[in-house]
Amino acid sequence: MGNRTVIPIGPYHPLQEEPEFFRLWVEGETVVDIDVNIGYNHRGIEKLCELKTYDQIPFVVERVCGICSTSHPLAFVNAVEDLADIEIPERARYIRSIIAELERIHNHLLWVGLAGHFLGYNTVWMWAWRYREPVLDILEKITGNRQNYAMMKVGGVRRDIEDADIPDILRLVDDLVPAVDMFKGAILDDPVLHARLKGIGVLTKEEVHNYGAVGPTARASGVAVDVRRDDPYAAYDLVDWDVVTQEEGDVFAKAVVRVLELYESVKIVKECLERLKKTKGEIDVKVKEIPSGEGIGHAEAPRGEVFHYVRSDGTNRPIRHKIKSPSYTNVPTFKATVIGGTISDATITLAAVDPCYSCTERVAVVDKKTGRRRLNGEDLVRLSQEKTERIKRSMGL
Amino acid sequence: MLKSVFYFVIFPGFLFTAVVGLLVSWIDRKVTARVQWRVGPPWWQNFADFVKLLGKETIIPQGTSRFHFITPPLLSISAITLVSTLLWVMLINPHKSFLGDLIVVVYLLMMPAMAVVMGGAASGNPLASMGASREMKLVLGYELPFVLALIVPIIKTDTIRLGEMIRFQAEDGVVIGSWSGIIAFLVAIVCMQAKLTLVPFDIPEAETEIMSGPYIEYSGPALAMFKLTRAMMLFVLPVFLVLVFWGGFGQGSFWSVLLGILKYVVLLVVIVLIRNTNPRLRIDQAMRFFWGLVTGVATLAIILALIGA
Repeated sequence: MGNRTVIPIGPYHPLQEEPEFFRLWVEGETVVDIDVNIGYNHRGIEKLCELKTYDQIPFVVERVCGICSTSHPLAFVNAVEDLADIEIPERARYIRSIIAELERIHNHLLWVGLAGHFLGYNTVWMWAWRYREPVLDILEKITGNRQNYAMMKVGGVRRDIEDADIPDILRLVDDLVPAVDMFKGAILDDPVLHARLKGIGVLTKEEVHNYGAVGPTARASGVAVDVRRDDPYAAYDLVDWDVVTQEEGDVFAKAVVRVLELYESVKIVKECLERLKKTKGEIDVKVKEIPSGEGIGHAEAPRGEVFHYVRSDGTNRPIRHKIKSPSYTNVPTFKATVIGGTISDATITLAAVDPCYSCTERVAVVDKKTGRRRLNGEDLVRLSQEKTERIKRSMGL
Repeated sequence: MLKSVFYFVIFPGFLFTAVVGLLVSWIDRKVTARVQWRVGPPWWQNFADFVKLLGKETIIPQGTSRFHFITPPLLSISAITLVSTLLWVMLINPHKSFLGDLIVVVYLLMMPAMAVVMGGAASGNPLASMGASREMKLVLGYELPFVLALIVPIIKTDTIRLGEMIRFQAEDGVVIGSWSGIIAFLVAIVCMQAKLTLVPFDIPEAETEIMSGPYIEYSGPALAMFKLTRAMMLFVLPVFLVLVFWGGFGQGSFWSVLLGILKYVVLLVVIVLIRNTNPRLRIDQAMRFFWGLVTGVATLAIILALIGA
């Protein structure tokens, strides 16, 4: 038994720009245990959504995450359309896919840059972010914003893509391919990067299932989950594309999945734009009212599946809105990947799932006097059982 | 006596090395910035940083040995100043060389790293002690091939006087003119990168892992001393390599001095290039790299030198 030291990563640390707190118990350089603590930035979005109308909520959930700022609204409108049984026009479906894929491209480039930064490879960081700029330019051209595009609405999209703009956009998208080729060469063929990333933070197939990991994290371990294919929304069942998977499950495989997904995304964007030229018609349908009931919607955010649940009582606001972001299941996989590695590996392993903490924030109620957590899992089970008993009694069972 | 003080404090000692060091670290920062599509700082940025730090308070963490916390920055800066003084006095006037000055320089060049280990361990911060232990391992890693690489010029020039080395190379051609010399020179460049703790060997201070490691508790003038040492090393170490392997900076004529400066710039460019085209290694990988490949290559260079290649 060696000497255990606690190495803190966070709550404020140059590793990631969000408040998060990892306690690494280390013996020498080896990590023997990890404790993940988040919740520094809880904003009560779900509660806020219950106070907003269906038209306002996309703007709120857009701000759940700065990077997945179209995946959350997309999952939300999917949920409401599921609830109210709304068919959206084909044109709107293409536009939704275009925005979502452009978001994926800029997110993956962002991740490549950050991963470089975490490894001390600042040139990759700056270069990746430089080539991310044209993507943001395209998004600004289409939506008017670099982030928080405000494109999704229940029943369609808010802005159309003009036919006259399509050649310009296509040219910008085509220009991305050489840049992606360059990153593919620079990252996937660099022997030093191989030494740093291969065999590090391995997540096995079984662990993916146990932790419920999603997105590139799961796909890098050979689990081909992708909401875009498994439960198509927007235009993903109308265009031709592949789910990228790798078998190894290490950090390198996660990088490979993301880089190869860039090509798929470019392919989807281009095909959607071509089809958009030939598809005429409205970009939205008029939604008169939302019936009572419940709906679920999900979308494949760059980091994995975003899940939204909406329950309506027939008014213009939901009475419950539940959000599950991908990091919620991806972050606990650190238990499986970080322990046993070194501190140097820990930082890149933590980054490899592309975690987003503010999306994942949950709140805990602590009794100030006793320091005990109130409303923990056991309490909730007890409350639910009591309620069942009450209902049973009232029904005379 | 007064002359020695002048040598040590003004030229070519502290003041000269500090000013040039801060200027070349600006070049490093500027070139790095341009490589990374950034604008980069103005030329006086490093001076401004230094002066600003001097005006700040040095906070000594509670429960820390004051002596062991404050001595390391002074130790490292005086050691590097002494190296610079020795090197430049000999570059200007090779006759001043004394027996074994090469060994003195090698010894003094290790002092800044030792000081970092001492200061990091003294500060009592877990991240700093992590950094200190990494620095210690790194020193163990690169010192062996570094010394082995330096044996090649010793064999070639048959002396351990720096002045003799300069004279020999001026008459019989530079050390890197031979196969063994060029191999040893490459080994020395890799070790120099580690001595400067630049990427890929910035393991002891890895910003995104242990937040600057040994320096984490340092502030104010003490931190300024460490920063200045780093800047001065960026100047002194390549000069040392130019002297030992590449025939020094030449004497007298304007063109030979310009050629000398050009040699230094080539080394600086190599350092900046390595630093910008590599990710950080893990400490165990760095150790394996130095004790395996680099030491092996250095030994090969010695064997080649012995058989006269």
